[in-house]
Amino acid sequence: MNNAARFASAMPPLALSDFSVITSLGAGRAQTIDALRAGRSGLAPCAFETLPFQTHVGEIAGLDVHSIDGEMAGFDCRNNRLAAMALQQDGFADSVAAARERYGRDRIGVFVGTSTSGLLKTETAYRRRDPTTGRLPPNFDYARTHNTYSLARFVRTVLDLGGPAFVVSTACAATAKVFGSAARMIAAGICDAAVVGGADTLCATTLFGFHALGVMADEPCRPFDAGRRGISIGEAAGFVLVERPSDRHNADTVLLAGVGESSDAYHMSSPHPEGIGARLAMERALAAAGLDPSAIDYINLHGTATPVGDAAEDHAVFDLFGADTPCSSTKGFSGHTLGASGAVEAVFCALGIQYDFLPGSPHTQTVDPAFKSRYVREGRRARINRVVSNSFGFGGANCSLVLVRAA
Amino acid sequence: MMRIYLEGVGLCGPGLDGWAASRAVLAGAQDHVPAPTRVPPSPLLPANERRRAVQTVRLSLAVGAEAFAVAGRHPSATATVFASSGGDGETIHEILSVLASPNRELSPTRFHNSVHNTPAGYWGIATEARTPSSSLCCHDDSFAAGLLEAAVQATVEQQPVALIAYDVQYPAPLCDVRPIGAELAVALVLTPEPSNKALASVELLLRPRSGAVSIMPLASLEALRRSTPAARSLPLLAALARRDKATVTLDYLTDMTMALDVVPIQADLALGVGGSERVPG
Repeated sequence: MNNAARFASAMPPLALSDFSVITSLGAGRAQTIDALRAGRSGLAPCAFETLPFQTHVGEIAGLDVHSIDGEMAGFDCRNNRLAAMALQQDGFADSVAAARERYGRDRIGVFVGTSTSGLLKTETAYRRRDPTTGRLPPNFDYARTHNTYSLARFVRTVLDLGGPAFVVSTACAATAKVFGSAARMIAAGICDAAVVGGADTLCATTLFGFHALGVMADEPCRPFDAGRRGISIGEAAGFVLVERPSDRHNADTVLLAGVGESSDAYHMSSPHPEGIGARLAMERALAAAGLDPSAIDYINLHGTATPVGDAAEDHAVFDLFGADTPCSSTKGFSGHTLGASGAVEAVFCALGIQYDFLPGSPHTQTVDPAFKSRYVREGRRARINRVVSNSFGFGGANCSLVLVRAA
Repeated sequence: MMRIYLEGVGLCGPGLDGWAASRAVLAGAQDHVPAPTRVPPSPLLPANERRRAVQTVRLSLAVGAEAFAVAGRHPSATATVFASSGGDGETIHEILSVLASPNRELSPTRFHNSVHNTPAGYWGIATEARTPSSSLCCHDDSFAAGLLEAAVQATVEQQPVALIAYDVQYPAPLCDVRPIGAELAVALVLTPEPSNKALASVELLLRPRSGAVSIMPLASLEALRRSTPAARSLPLLAALARRDKATVTLDYLTDMTMALDVVPIQADLALGVGGSERVPG
């Protein structure tokens, strides 16, 4: 057994029965595909926080005002507000309710990812500590905002689901990995369907943290550009209802055909320079899907626009796919939505399959001449049936998904 | 329902200095003497890395090394699941304190150590494991969630999976709103089929909540179980230590419990070799 197949048994496909996305490009499918087609980026100079440095972010309007009230008020934080917006748009909650009717609430799992959770709320609470005792404000709700599990608990409560649940928090690979958890849970008979995806929102920790690491651009990010200067942070939520394919689905349903996970075993915050972990994740995803690299029509790259990260990914993609498979990073549209990027970009890919569109790469002007993969700057109308979506995170956590048109 | 096999255990907690040294305490044959958690130096970390490593990493690598030594298995080829109720409290407190101060300059190392999968990242580097690795959080039920994910992965992928669950305390003021009893970590090596190192088979079943969960008979260990999410593992470890058939019931979310039917595998006893002597050099 080769190394790729070793951690990738052939996987029964799952249908993406419904999905919802919200990024700085807009709320819901229509605004998202419109922006992808128009090549319109959601990045703008950061107005979210007063910063002692220049940067662009993908900020979502309205999160400051749409609070969570009533019985759910304890969950109120930017991350859960964004999750609520995503769950309530495009009929997503109705699709989940229908699945609940079919299977029963105990048979639907919630496996979602986040890296920030409600951290912004804790940042604010630390600025409002009691000057004499140092205590946090009395209304600070640790479990329902700060704790990393908060998001899954919120989603499970809002959607009235009673199946197994947890949050996966593997930095920027989190909401790709949740597809793997859901696929295994369904294969093992633990549940019949699952809500996967997740949310990450702007906060000072990530803005100052990535700045401290020296990997944040002072301009809108330019993935794969010769002059790329680092990432732009975005906020986003994406949720997907997955279940076994059935006669409720049709030829344009998008299927999750494979998930491939790996670890770099190299460095906490830098990828392996030759993209060894990235390549393993893609190989394992293809093996799980039972597809050769030549069957793939498009690769949605992790492509965060750091000098080192893009070079490593180009290396891995060229090694595995050669110079013919079109690929692009959509980070120039949404920014790097950190823990949410796996689910968000899976939805971008699903929209690309359903709307016959291969996304380009706004802000990228001149592709790095040292790169060998076939990077697509301009989006174009194209029938794409089988795609790979890459998500790589701190700690060397890698995950690739294979998404295909049902027929 | 799923059946998996346990072939390695690691433990580090207050008055629980490793699995081998804690078995008699967990089995009720020896007193538990509560003492601050002593983290042994993990053989997986070089000395300079050991000094720099944050406590969550030191704990995780210590129990992981012990569990793999008991299992007689090399970690580089084994997938991992990490579970923690809150990650690294000290690191997040330092970040939040700096961000609330006039000078908001963060340390880059502190920032990359703030991710929930920091121990997984260092584990991969230390063991050279390029295997799949996940890092979960489920608040108080993080151990049960991690065990579920690890058991499902072992069963579906037909591969061994190691679970490492750990918790550390928050400093003030976060400890006021999230008190954690003690630093504690536990590691289990799960396999889909029994090997000659198997300690027990475990059948795992999720049930609608009814009845009580398993507790620890000894008051100090029960206090630890209640106050420290990773210590929710103790009733399972006690069943393994007693080498008795037992059904262990764990909390999992508000509406479920996780039932674990534990059946010891007595092969090592038949050979006349005690578990604590089986750790390979």
